[in-house]
Amino acid sequence: MNARLAWPIAAVALVALPFVYRDPYHLHIFVLILIWSFAYTSWSMMGRFGLVSLGHGGFMGVGAYVTALLWNHLGVSPWIGIPIALVCAGGLALIVAYPCFRFRITGHYFALVTLALSGIVLQVITATRDYTGGSLGYTPERTKGNNILALQFEDKTVWYLIALAVWAAGLVIWYWVDRSMSRYAMEAISEDEDAAAAAGVDVTAEKLKITVISAAMTALAGALYCQYQMFISPDTVSGISVSLQMVFAVVVGGIYVALGPTVGAVITLLLAESLRIFFGTKAVGWDNLVYGVLLVLFIIFLPKGILGSLMDRLKSGGARPVAARKPA
Amino acid sequence: MLVVEGLVKRFGGFTAVSNVSFKVDQGEILGLIGPNGSGKSTIFNMLSGTFPPSAGSIKFEGQEIAGLAPHRIINRGIGRTFQIPRPFRRLSIFENVELAGYYGQGGHSRARADEAAERALAMVGLPTDRHATVDGLGAAGLKKLELAKALATGPKLLLADESLGGLDEAEMDQAADMLRKIRDELGITIIWVEHIMGVLMRVVDRVMVLDHGEKISEGLPSAVAGDPRVIEVYLGTDAHATQAVAAQAGR
Repeated sequence: MNARLAWPIAAVALVALPFVYRDPYHLHIFVLILIWSFAYTSWSMMGRFGLVSLGHGGFMGVGAYVTALLWNHLGVSPWIGIPIALVCAGGLALIVAYPCFRFRITGHYFALVTLALSGIVLQVITATRDYTGGSLGYTPERTKGNNILALQFEDKTVWYLIALAVWAAGLVIWYWVDRSMSRYAMEAISEDEDAAAAAGVDVTAEKLKITVISAAMTALAGALYCQYQMFISPDTVSGISVSLQMVFAVVVGGIYVALGPTVGAVITLLLAESLRIFFGTKAVGWDNLVYGVLLVLFIIFLPKGILGSLMDRLKSGGARPVAARKPA
Repeated sequence: MLVVEGLVKRFGGFTAVSNVSFKVDQGEILGLIGPNGSGKSTIFNMLSGTFPPSAGSIKFEGQEIAGLAPHRIINRGIGRTFQIPRPFRRLSIFENVELAGYYGQGGHSRARADEAAERALAMVGLPTDRHATVDGLGAAGLKKLELAKALATGPKLLLADESLGGLDEAEMDQAADMLRKIRDELGITIIWVEHIMGVLMRVVDRVMVLDHGEKISEGLPSAVAGDPRVIEVYLGTDAHATQAVAAQAGR
């Protein structure tokens, strides 16, 4: 089948799905997969260019908590609260990333700085427990039934469609960057910053641009997760484990392809759910252990991830050889 | 077009360049030579913005550019090549040059970048095929790509860093002719930094010789080649030995 037909058919099928198939548990899993896919796509916007951030759990936490706090304490609708949260996450990204980029903190050191960011956001949430509920978690105040203003819906179909739209928007942004000169600039920067500057690229500005886009997108994922689950805790939307989960999912799915993070989300969620169903509370934390082991195996044996490697295999024999890329 | 006055660069207690002044006129090719550690690369790096000078001024078309960031200097119209070619291997040959054409000219128009890339590739004699990879290029091809990237940024002044290292004699001649052609056909002023005196002397209008961070001679190639201080620096007692040593250094 040719790709021109495949895309519209896939799109129609995805939109039609909740109207045909109404099992609430499976729909719930679909919504989670879409939200996390969007979060992972957001991370990969930077990760694919070698900007390995371990701070994205922090951005996700800012997105979730700022939205929920504004709603509960000030009665600000998520429609206004979410943009404010995105600006906060973008601002935080600027504050952390600007000094890093200006003083050429790259590679492992950049990862370490961002790791600290994850930890700091987690600590702030826990320390301000009078407002945020600390490690016990936090619930946005409920309204009755479906309420557009409060962005609260009882019906999973609505959430499925919202998550689908946001996920699709994430892919559009991915493609938009992929087609733009910014991708060339970022590829160049990831190889050789001095040579990129000699080609006229404002290295710091280009890196900041992609970082802020990535951070804001991640915050949106956090806000969406919060509105859907109606419960957030530092462990589920911020902190180091969430950051690591992003890295793992994207590496497994495929860091250099648009749908790689989505494949990663499907795999990680199915893994976590299966462990939960088959082993129950005995398996709490096992998923992280499995992630760790798989991450090592993937980086060594399948650095392009599952989807990336599959696509390479399909393409090989095609006209254009795909240059080998190193894992980030 | 370029006026450099009292340029100084100190790294800690070491003075790499001390009080060097020179100017470059529109349309000329200035050769900048000197043995290893003479400070020519340091001067080059200050002109291109890699690091700021400790003192002194660099005026390009009447405006001070000392201490500007590299991409701003590129946008003012000063292109540069690297001594060892630094291609972006994740991009195709065309994309390498397109990138320079886009960002080098301020990042406004992709169509203009594509045009600049095609012209630059045609000028240096590389294929304009959009998918050809960098991995297929040899040493001479990589030098050409380096030059094409610099040309695509639309420079008025081109800083060419030791373009001939790693080439055989026929390739050296070609590369030297290329720089002259760039000046003649595109009207681009060139500062050519080089170890290898022989080929350089044939092409440049004027030569400046550095030693231990100081300018020791400047003038027409014929005059400079006969300057006893220059001969002394290059360890030779006659012109042939000078050239042989210089050629060795470039290998």
